[in-house]
Amino acid sequence: MELKTLTGALGVAVAMAATPTFAQDTTVIGVSIPAATHGWAGGMNFHAQEAVDRLEETYPELDFVLATASDPAKQVNDIEDMVAARGIDALVVLPFESEPLTGPVKNVADNGAWVTVVDRGLSEEGIEDLYVAGDNPGFGRVSGEYFADKMPDGGKIVVLRGIPTTIDNERVEGFQSAIDGSGIEVLGMEHGNWNRDDSFTVMQDFLSKYPEIDAVWASDDDMAVGALAAIEQAGREDVQFVLGGAGMKEMIKRVMDGDEMIPADVTYPPSMIATAIELTALNFVSNAPVSGEFVIGSVLITPENAENFYYPDSPF
Amino acid sequence: MSDTVSVKPASNRASPFLDLHILGPILALIVLVVIGALMNPNFLSYANITNVLARSAFIGIIAVGMTFVITAGGLDLSVGSMAAFIAGLMILVMNALLPAMGSGVGVILVGMLTALVAGLLAGGLNGFLITHMRIEAFIVTLGSMGIYRSLVTWLADGGTLSLDFGLREIYGPVYYGGLFGISWPIIIFALVAIIGEVVMRHTAFGRHCAAIGSNEKVARYSAVHVGRVRMATYVLLGILVGVATIMYVPRLGSASSATGVLWELEAIAAVIIGGTVLKGGFGRVWGTVIGVLILSLIGNILNLTDMVSPYLNGAIQGVIIVLAVVLQRDKKAEG
Repeated sequence: MELKTLTGALGVAVAMAATPTFAQDTTVIGVSIPAATHGWAGGMNFHAQEAVDRLEETYPELDFVLATASDPAKQVNDIEDMVAARGIDALVVLPFESEPLTGPVKNVADNGAWVTVVDRGLSEEGIEDLYVAGDNPGFGRVSGEYFADKMPDGGKIVVLRGIPTTIDNERVEGFQSAIDGSGIEVLGMEHGNWNRDDSFTVMQDFLSKYPEIDAVWASDDDMAVGALAAIEQAGREDVQFVLGGAGMKEMIKRVMDGDEMIPADVTYPPSMIATAIELTALNFVSNAPVSGEFVIGSVLITPENAENFYYPDSPF
Repeated sequence: MSDTVSVKPASNRASPFLDLHILGPILALIVLVVIGALMNPNFLSYANITNVLARSAFIGIIAVGMTFVITAGGLDLSVGSMAAFIAGLMILVMNALLPAMGSGVGVILVGMLTALVAGLLAGGLNGFLITHMRIEAFIVTLGSMGIYRSLVTWLADGGTLSLDFGLREIYGPVYYGGLFGISWPIIIFALVAIIGEVVMRHTAFGRHCAAIGSNEKVARYSAVHVGRVRMATYVLLGILVGVATIMYVPRLGSASSATGVLWELEAIAAVIIGGTVLKGGFGRVWGTVIGVLILSLIGNILNLTDMVSPYLNGAIQGVIIVLAVVLQRDKKAEG
């Protein structure tokens, strides 16, 4: 590190003497993300760390500061510390919540740093230089299209929803408009809170309530695990398949192996944080323009393409 | 702890007729069962009753232990995190031993022993800090709540710890199987509750808990080993958390940082709904069992009907908890 910085600084000094416009030393990029408190966030932490390690290796002139926060207040503190103590040139932030993070991130932008916002938008427009996000309405739409495709004669399904949030609403709206007119009847929808235990409980109650269920949209892989256990326990043969989402490695594996209960999955990749970090780095190491919006589409994973989405090392 | 000398003998409370304080939780449970049966014909089906009772068992077993802690004037906020940590630890130990011991009952027995020992140590640590270092129970257990939650996240590397699939097949019957059509979690819950009730009512330990919770000073003058009894309540609770985890792990065969979130509050709420006094001095194990059933029946009924928005699930539970405490306060004001 020291030697690298020294040679880097020497090189920069020589370069500065030659071309005075080239005045950049090390670029410090701060990355602020929520802590690994559930599966998807765990995967995101893994991909963030991996991207940082790789980029630091590839570009000696880049320096990264990675902080994980367990609540919005801690995340604000992290960002303030990055500005005050590390003098960051750029910030990649996945906001815990939009509202409380808007002001602090705006301050960073006002100080002249490059700002990349990931996944959850801020509540004021025009703050960030780059916005990288998953496609929530698309996540619901792709799932809904799969159901319409798989059940051409219609059928009875139940839906497990996530934690009550706008993300969940967008997904469900996308899903409903995709199955509109397909003859698929949604018997019931309950919140499984993106949690195995909760969805196990909700699925048990669904199975008590409805004598016939053709399929389940679990809308998340953690919830799919819970739903599958409940179906297995009840010994119900009527449920033909469960569609999860997000791309948990165990589920991708089951799709790969041709498991009939898990015929497909829909991506909402935790690795989008890596996309955001790479693009931000690109802004500093290349002449390619990267500002704007980058929406990562939700893709249907089937046994044919599952291999491309399988990360056996990731915790998610 | 209040300084008023108000040690109420349990016998005073055991035999009045039409005492709302005693009948309240039972009435609430009956009303809920009637509402459930009217709303959905499947409510009283064997499968549904079994599901509700079996899923109540985790919180229920923990809540029985919590009844003793609260009766003795203590509190434990760490049980949910502790359960998650013990579940993670069990899974790690069993997966690690699998190559050496082979897939069999032996590994599972070692896993169970791990849970009990870990629960004993975790409860003992809480008890030691509270009784010997003289730190508020609220603070100690708030601290250990954060510690265990972080530890399980760390053990799982932010993801989910999963039990080896072959082991899950062998271990599964501990949750899904049973004796004479009654599943194991229900049997264990019933045993823990019956033993708890007997210990609370008919042993010196139970009476000492109530005495300490009611007035520590008087208890001390009456030659009660305050520190030892209080320590025992935390150790007992820790072991019961271990027992609950033994039942929990075979269900989904996994543990993550989302495991056991808010269990501590559900357990405390069940204890209070059941008529145990939050400030200590009086505890009722059978009431706690009813409290646990009330809480899980509310969730079950809301899932079985479409009448109330699921957004309001928490609100309805909240109203019932507050009502239970209002009843309790009225009784306290009288006596």
